[in-house]
Amino acid sequence: MTLLDFARGPAIHWSLIILIVGTIWRLLGVLVLTRGADLSRPRDAFGNFKGYRTVFSRSWPSGEFTTTTRYQTAMAYVFHIATLIVVIGIVPHIEFITGLTGASWPGLPNAAGVALGVIALASLLALIMRRVSRPQVYCSSWGDYFSWVVVAAPLVTGLMAFAHLGPRYETMLAIHILSAALLFAWFPFGKLMHAFWFVFSRAQSGVAYAHKGVRI
Amino acid sequence: MAKEPTLGALLRSQGISRRAFLQFCSATASMMAIPAGMAPAMARALEQTSRPSVIWMSFQECTGCTEALLRSHAPSIEALIFDFISLDYHHTLQAASGHAAERAREEAMHEHSGEYLLLVDGSIPTVKAYSTIAGISNLDLLLETAAGAAAILAVGTCAAYGGLPKAEPNPTQAVSVEELITDKPIVNIPGCPPLPLAITGVVAHYLTMGALPELDHLGRPLSFFGENIHDRCYRRPFYDRGLFAETFDDEGARKGWCLYKLGCKAPETYNACAHVKWNQGVSFPIQSGHGCIGCSEPNFWDKGGIYDSVPMGQFGAGPKIAVAASVGAAAGAGAAVLSRKKKHKTEAELPED
Repeated sequence: MTLLDFARGPAIHWSLIILIVGTIWRLLGVLVLTRGADLSRPRDAFGNFKGYRTVFSRSWPSGEFTTTTRYQTAMAYVFHIATLIVVIGIVPHIEFITGLTGASWPGLPNAAGVALGVIALASLLALIMRRVSRPQVYCSSWGDYFSWVVVAAPLVTGLMAFAHLGPRYETMLAIHILSAALLFAWFPFGKLMHAFWFVFSRAQSGVAYAHKGVRI
Repeated sequence: MAKEPTLGALLRSQGISRRAFLQFCSATASMMAIPAGMAPAMARALEQTSRPSVIWMSFQECTGCTEALLRSHAPSIEALIFDFISLDYHHTLQAASGHAAERAREEAMHEHSGEYLLLVDGSIPTVKAYSTIAGISNLDLLLETAAGAAAILAVGTCAAYGGLPKAEPNPTQAVSVEELITDKPIVNIPGCPPLPLAITGVVAHYLTMGALPELDHLGRPLSFFGENIHDRCYRRPFYDRGLFAETFDDEGARKGWCLYKLGCKAPETYNACAHVKWNQGVSFPIQSGHGCIGCSEPNFWDKGGIYDSVPMGQFGAGPKIAVAASVGAAAGAGAAVLSRKKKHKTEAELPED
């Protein structure tokens, strides 16, 4: 079995299994553990609605923080959008998803994929530089840095494989798939789970505050 | 005993001009990545070479490798080189049969012990009964013949890596030459079939340089297998622009767009098909409208479907993702129940206000 056979065979298969088991386990494990209903009368008749609205309204910093978080907000948006387009927009990724689900859609030209990958990587570097230079803001743990490495690795290896740089193509492709496998396997256990948690955490705190009549 | 003719004399007798011969030497030197200045030296060496003995063993094979070579640029200088070498045993081509054929092999092995080239096509069944020649198993025949060979050329993917006979479930327990012979220099010239120029090129290199060419990590001559087909494919610009044939009869297919989505294995396949081509440089599979099937790579038959594209996952028959989702749900529910119990217990232990 070659490295590529291992990567696109058992490695990616088991990483997807860990991803799914881990994500459902963590989601259910936390969501079932809800508090009982708050029986007090809400201060605001539209409290719950306003609470759920925070799922979207917190996608943007409050006015007071616009200036201080401008760099971080801009870079985070650039990173998330560029990464999303790369993940679902370049042909090899679409082929992988098609192989898994049967769904298919048109892909981007390679040059666009490379450009977006470079933008995603540059914004990810910009974010880690801020994190490293402002330890008092982030209080980072090793898990945060590990998550960053696990996200950066598929971008670096993917760009190299896509542009046919570095080792032989099949070796680079195998390394890229392995790095994606590591990302999938780590996903449920680190802060990458914010991809799911953000909906529930924003809604939970929004509802709690709105119930108490806090302006949100 | 009459002096054996040299290759130069043979070519002249066949009406091949010196210009054509030098063109062949330049082309071969170029293909083998030998400096251009070496072409005249190669010509001199080839001209003065006398007939080397070659034994060609065919085991579990389809004769496609021999066919490819014989039906190449006929009549070509490559073919004449094969006329020129003393092909002392090749049971598809030789006139002799039965005991006479076996005697020819034994005589060649005896007379040229330690000097003859052994060419092998086909894989070798280690379950001996599956394939025998003159009552001798392929395995014993290879071990016996390889013992006196100067070098071995494993021609075709079956000889080089086991090929189709070795594909799952491999009922004959087929293996490649290099899995059995470890004490002889071996060159793998894979392909199903291999490019004829790759076979004659390696033979010409051996005759002129007295040594085997530089090989890659899979034992293939770098001069023919040093680059992947994707990098040399004339359809590559369409790949870069994101233009793909989606089916074999759509607009993209008619316009000659990239066949990547139709399972073309060119990005992971190393061979010279895209620039040497077949039938006197007329075409190669991708040019004919079908993706590369990766036939010069080990175990190509077992690497997923021919029409599955390179980046597709190969999930096989292992645990399925739906099962994983169920396990995750069960684990999550279990974790939640345990947590709730713990919470209730903690609440019960709290002192009442």
